[in-house]
Amino acid sequence: MSAVVSRIREPLIEGNKSYHDITEDLISPTEKTPSLAWVIGLILSLSFLTFGVFCIAWTIWFGIGAWDLNRTIGWGWDITNFVWWIGIGHAGTLISAILLLFRQKWRTGVNRAAEAMTIFAVLCAALFPGIHVGRAWVVFYFFPYPNTRGPLWVNFNSPLLWDLFAISTYFTVSLLFWYTGLVPDFATVRDRASGVRKKIYNFLSFGWTGSAKHWQRWESLSLVLAGLATPLVLSVHTIVSFDFATSVIPGWHTTIFPPYFVAGAIFSGFAMVLTLMIITRKILNLQEYITITHIESMNKVILLTGTIVGVAYLTELFIAWYSGYVYEQFAFYNRVFGPYYWSYIGMMSCNVLAPQIFWSKKLRRSIFWTFFMSIFINIGMWFERFVIIATTLARDYLPSSWSWYDPTWVEIGIYLGTMGIFFTLYLVFTRVAPVVAVAEVKSILKSSGDQYIGPNAHAHHHDHAPVAAKMDFAAASMVDDTAAKMAAAAPVLAAAASEVSAPVASVQDDLKKVEGIGPKIEQLLKAAGVNTFAQLADAKVPFLKSVLEEAGKRFQMHDPTTWPDQARMAAEGKWEELKKWQDELDGGKL
Amino acid sequence: MSANKEVLFGLYDDEVVMMDAVKKAKEDHLDIMDVYTPFPVHGLDPILGLSESRLHIAGFVFGALGTLTAFLFMTWVFTRDWPVIFGGKPYWSVPAFIPITFELTVLFASIGMVVTFYTICGLGPGVTSPCLDERITDDKFCVAFNTDGYSESQIDNLKRFFSNTGASEVHTKVI
Repeated sequence: MSAVVSRIREPLIEGNKSYHDITEDLISPTEKTPSLAWVIGLILSLSFLTFGVFCIAWTIWFGIGAWDLNRTIGWGWDITNFVWWIGIGHAGTLISAILLLFRQKWRTGVNRAAEAMTIFAVLCAALFPGIHVGRAWVVFYFFPYPNTRGPLWVNFNSPLLWDLFAISTYFTVSLLFWYTGLVPDFATVRDRASGVRKKIYNFLSFGWTGSAKHWQRWESLSLVLAGLATPLVLSVHTIVSFDFATSVIPGWHTTIFPPYFVAGAIFSGFAMVLTLMIITRKILNLQEYITITHIESMNKVILLTGTIVGVAYLTELFIAWYSGYVYEQFAFYNRVFGPYYWSYIGMMSCNVLAPQIFWSKKLRRSIFWTFFMSIFINIGMWFERFVIIATTLARDYLPSSWSWYDPTWVEIGIYLGTMGIFFTLYLVFTRVAPVVAVAEVKSILKSSGDQYIGPNAHAHHHDHAPVAAKMDFAAASMVDDTAAKMAAAAPVLAAAASEVSAPVASVQDDLKKVEGIGPKIEQLLKAAGVNTFAQLADAKVPFLKSVLEEAGKRFQMHDPTTWPDQARMAAEGKWEELKKWQDELDGGKL
Repeated sequence: MSANKEVLFGLYDDEVVMMDAVKKAKEDHLDIMDVYTPFPVHGLDPILGLSESRLHIAGFVFGALGTLTAFLFMTWVFTRDWPVIFGGKPYWSVPAFIPITFELTVLFASIGMVVTFYTICGLGPGVTSPCLDERITDDKFCVAFNTDGYSESQIDNLKRFFSNTGASEVHTKVI
């Protein structure tokens, strides 16, 4: 039995879907004629893109003098936009890699689109270093290659070069990860298509068959890529922050930059994922796959990372004062009270204060507030980079060289152009590939479909157990449902639970094989909805304790600590290992 | 490609039923050619007797290759080929080599593993695999037997197996 039903989790797939419904819902947007909204969106994005290309051509033709940068302020909108886009490109790999390692099932609803977003954002970011060097035609000087100048190599000790390696690696690995995830879904598209379309998707799907061995390797590959991408995603923005932190500019030369930048990147990335997903789910009718629960989970990440960023801002201020170093103190005084004070206010209010509204569950689950806040954060994080870059440079060591900087229309045009690139690619992506990972959503259906868990879990059984259904609903909507709270509802829920699992599992395992569980306790567990080894393996120890405690004094002395682990072995068929372990255990206790 | 195979396969509507069937087939010592599913079914591998994938070993080897390539190359450049002093640091400034060494380790491991994956699975751009049934990538779970050289009674036996284990459809196809 692979289906594991947890009553503590809320459903992630709504609408009582079958596997075929999932295929139908997620693939069909790529098969229909584009909607009017899509066409208008594409035309808008393409016009921004065209204007951006024009501005880039202008820059290359006339040189970066067109940007009004000066010898004091050498980095302006270009690097601000670069860091902003790179930051946005962090959520995708975080969702697909780190959440995969943490076995967070809600990632399946959003990972595909978030990874696509990552790739497009990194592309937009990579544009800026390419053009801000001025002579874009010799941009290959970035790379170490045997040349006629000695050969004279690039400086491998420079953070700017590390950045080049970090971003190219990040882009490549994200692309491989994303495409490997897409291959089985392209096969699904292929098998529904005909004619030229079938040929194209046959090419894209690499001849995928769905063989058990291929799936096994595919999962192994995903897991290792996730393991590799996790430190990678942390390294990328760390290295971006080194661009600043290893310099000797007051306000940049701080050791807090790496964690501060990484938290900020995740923060802004999630904001952009939310902006896009809220629009996408509405237009493509994916509300049953990208549910309020998904949005709430992402808002929790936003609240956490936003607060980390806030702590970093305050730490910076404190350390600047505490250091006693007058240039550092002035740099921060200048950020808060200097001529660019408005950008500091924008940063503080959008990034630190505003997300605090997500302490309220109601606002966390509100589409309107989430969308509003995601835009706010995108703006705030842009200001953060502007504060760090332009504000700091504007007032450096020598008052005689202080300067002022405003962007020109060319710079604004390039920024809008990258927006155009990003949205054009995203819109094309929504037409070519399923925006939600089809195979991965299918694989969590039985553990997260709303016919199996949550308030609608037993739609077919309403006549039999109306009370149970209500209780289960109450449990599902608890604010921070801990297992301890669940305990209170346990006896009544027991009835509900057996209903819940009915459609999933007619199979029942002999739980007595787990040392420490006798026939009585087995009955109790089965009444509480734990029917199989897999379910027991997934059960939390406090939940098991609560089941025992509810059952009366006789059972309270039992210690279920090892039960889930024993059950895991049983579920995986590792009987010999289990036997060996049980020999070491004393009545099922450690 | 190899000669055509005659394949008898059953389609199941649910992975749990399919897994029970595979278990039964193993008990009866039936020689399953392959199982095809629309998504990775957990718990199937041990029943089917698939050994654990060794793909991660390839990942390690390629990763180690990346580490060595990056580190040795930078060492060679700055100590042998063209030594330059940057900021008064030693030529061989190991801490500064760490970021690039790390990035190339990840890059080599990822590319190497992905290429290995597609190679050993026989997948890649332009590959067209024979398709048993188009619903296998949708919602059907397929257990397939290669029936080349099977006698009438053996095939009947397999068909009986499918009907006993709850297959919703049974088909024959030459691929």
